[in-house]
Amino acid sequence: MTTTMQGQVALVTGASRGIGKAIAQQLTQQGVKVIGTATSDSGAAAISDYLGDMGEGRQLDVTDAESVATVLKAIDESYGQLDILVNNAGITKDNLLMRLKDDDWDAVLDTNLKSVYRLCKAVMRGMMKRRHGRIINISSVVGTTGNPGQTNYCAAKAGLAGFTKALAQEIAARGITVNCVAPGFIDTDMTKSLTDDQKEAIFANIPASRLGQPEEVAAAVVFLASPGAAYITGETIHVNGGLAMV
Amino acid sequence: MSTIEERVKKIIIEQLGVKEEEVKSEASFENDLGADSLDTVELVMALEEEFETEIPDEEAEKIRTVQAAIDYVTNHAND
Repeated sequence: MTTTMQGQVALVTGASRGIGKAIAQQLTQQGVKVIGTATSDSGAAAISDYLGDMGEGRQLDVTDAESVATVLKAIDESYGQLDILVNNAGITKDNLLMRLKDDDWDAVLDTNLKSVYRLCKAVMRGMMKRRHGRIINISSVVGTTGNPGQTNYCAAKAGLAGFTKALAQEIAARGITVNCVAPGFIDTDMTKSLTDDQKEAIFANIPASRLGQPEEVAAAVVFLASPGAAYITGETIHVNGGLAMV
Repeated sequence: MSTIEERVKKIIIEQLGVKEEEVKSEASFENDLGADSLDTVELVMALEEEFETEIPDEEAEKIRTVQAAIDYVTNHAND
C-alpha cells in the first residue's frame, strides 16, 4: 500500500477562506498539489497567493455545469490526474420556513447539493479509469440534527449524506471512496453571521464549550484522503466538539 | 490493422476479464459475460477511447451485447 500522498492532485471548492482554505493548506503539507476554487477572480487570486508553488486558485461557479467542465479540463491539461475531490463550497440563506423565499431554497440546494452531483459526475471517469479516488463532501451537523431557520441548508446537507452512501456503493469496487465530514460550529465567516441568540443556544450544547477551528475539520478531511482510509467509505465523520454524537 | 470486430472484442476481453471464446456475437454483457451495470458503463468508456468517439447516454444504454457494440462502432466509424 502506498503510504504517502506525495504527488497527488486535489480539487477543493470554496477554498478562499474558512474550512476550505484550511483543507487546501493541510493537503499541500502532505505534498498534494491543490487546485482551490472561489466564485470570484479575486478569491481565486488569493488562493493562488497562499498556495504558492503547491497549486493554484481558479474561479469556479459550482452551480454552472460549463464552469465545472472548464476547470476540470484545465486540471486535466495541467496535471493529467485528479486524486482527491473535496466538495466544500457552500452557502446559507437562513430564514424560518414561513418566510423562506423560493430563490433562497433553490440557491442553497443548488450550491450545496446539486453542485456535488455535478462535480462528482465530472470527475468519475478519470477516477474510475485510474482505479483510485477520494471524494470528501463537507456536510454539517445540522444535516443530522436539524436547526430552526435552516430548512434549506439542513435539507441540502442531509441530502449529501444520502448521496454519499449511494455513490460510495456504486464505485467502492473501483477503489474510490466517498465520505462526508460534518463540521459542527466552526469559527468561520459563516458562523459569524449567526445571531447572538443562536450562538448562546449552541454553546450551551457543545460539551467542548468552544467553537471548532477550521484546521480541526481539515485534519479529518486529510485523513479520509489518505491511503490509510482506503477501507472507509459511505461514512460521515462528525467534527463537532461533542455537540451531537451519532 | 485489426478489424472493428477484433478491436471491439479485444476491449471486451480486457474490460470484463473474460475468455476470447466466450465473446460470441450474441453474448449479453450482463447475462452471459458476468458484467454488472458499472462494468458496462466502463466498457462504453473504453470503446469511446479506442474509437475516439463520444457515445450518447441513450445509445450507450442500448449496447448490451457484443454484436450491439460492433454494430454501433461500425455505423459510427466514419462520423
